[in-house]
Amino acid sequence: MDFEKQISDESLGMTVVVKTISRMAMSFILLFGFYIVLYGHLTPGGGFAGGVILAIAYVLLMLAFSKDVALAKLSNFWASMWDNLGALSFIVIGFVGLSGGYFFYNFVSHGTPGKLLSAGIIPLCNISIAVKVGAALYAIFIGLSIYGRLVTEEEK
Amino acid sequence: MSLYVMDIALMGMGMYALLAKRHIIKKIIGLVIMEYSINLFLILVGYKADGIAPIQDSQINAATLAARAVDPLPQALVLTSIVIGLGTLALMASLAIKLYEKYKTFDMSEINRLRG
Amino acid sequence: MLALFHVLLFFMIVGSIVAIEIKNMLSAVIAVGAVGFGVSLLFLFLGAPDIAITQVIVEVLSLIILIRTTTFADNRAIEAKIDNFATVTGLIFIGFLIMAALWAFQDITPFGEPIMRVSRRYLANTAAETGAVNAVAGVILDYRAYDTLGEAMVLFTSILGAFVILRRQGKKKERNETEEFGIMQ
Repeated sequence: MDFEKQISDESLGMTVVVKTISRMAMSFILLFGFYIVLYGHLTPGGGFAGGVILAIAYVLLMLAFSKDVALAKLSNFWASMWDNLGALSFIVIGFVGLSGGYFFYNFVSHGTPGKLLSAGIIPLCNISIAVKVGAALYAIFIGLSIYGRLVTEEEK
Repeated sequence: MSLYVMDIALMGMGMYALLAKRHIIKKIIGLVIMEYSINLFLILVGYKADGIAPIQDSQINAATLAARAVDPLPQALVLTSIVIGLGTLALMASLAIKLYEKYKTFDMSEINRLRG
Repeated sequence: MLALFHVLLFFMIVGSIVAIEIKNMLSAVIAVGAVGFGVSLLFLFLGAPDIAITQVIVEVLSLIILIRTTTFADNRAIEAKIDNFATVTGLIFIGFLIMAALWAFQDITPFGEPIMRVSRRYLANTAAETGAVNAVAGVILDYRAYDTLGEAMVLFTSILGAFVILRRQGKKKERNETEEFGIMQ
């Protein structure tokens, strides 16, 4: 499908005003999501809230444009792949800690409290959880929107 | 103490919507209200009078935190509970969509009567 | 401060009465959204900013999911007779719940004085032992990391279950002709 034609197509998605604003807003939402994830050990936030914010950015893309534009940006295959990679890396970090003594041992050096690069495995765990939660919620939204329209389109 | 009682009244209203309503979306709304009230109850139990949030910065050090901060342990449990509530809501919504596709109605007593 | 808590809880109770009793489904879902934002404000004033951020974001996403579920079909409520047996049973259970709660509240700690035996040790040693300045992040990812692993697995399983339920076993022809519809049309 032609990507540029779909973006400017008037019959798909919402009006031109909504499309322009959501294109600008999506980059800010992604930036805010990354900030909440990365600074999770210094300010309130963490992996779960940041992951849901990242999912909301892609859901905004799907709602303003059509479902095909969102799938072209992040396809079904890649959404489930990021989900699995996030869960796997969280478990691998736990297992590597076994070398230090117990499961989930904080083996990376702690640094000075208050700086961005501190607190051992906590930023790494935050990133992997955010990737997992964001990809899973985006994938379930794709599922809810594909399989819902078939009821009114075909008369059983 | 009156805050606790109002919170349990909220949970009771959610349970009433789950048991006594026939539309399936109202039952889902009842479950969601029950989840809010239970998370709120956990945070209410852990509140310290005139407490501060459990985060250090340049003016608040660890000794001040141990004396004045609110309880961080219920907050850790409620954090996971909120996200699990979102996953459960996705599962319930998909079940509701599938029921509508098969029986063409959202009414639970009709679905109980039709039965395939 | 205590008066603010009472006002916010009263607003939440009124909002949930509206959500349960109103006949139009879209209005009921939006009333649930208002209750969720009230809960988030209450979390912020109770000294839990972490939870307030998470609650607002999860509220927005669950509003989108609920509106999607109610508006793709007809959104009239069921205008039929009240189910008497279910209503009476519901009220009896709520009576039991409130009586048991009032009996249990005589032993609970008064509002504003929590028993923080383990948490005092966590608060005093978070920056030294884990290096994190945010005590809640230190608790969920260092002291209690098992619970976070369990939560990630529960989320994974519920999303997997939702996919299995939504799977269509149709022929290939009927899947091709619905691919170009946007979600809000």
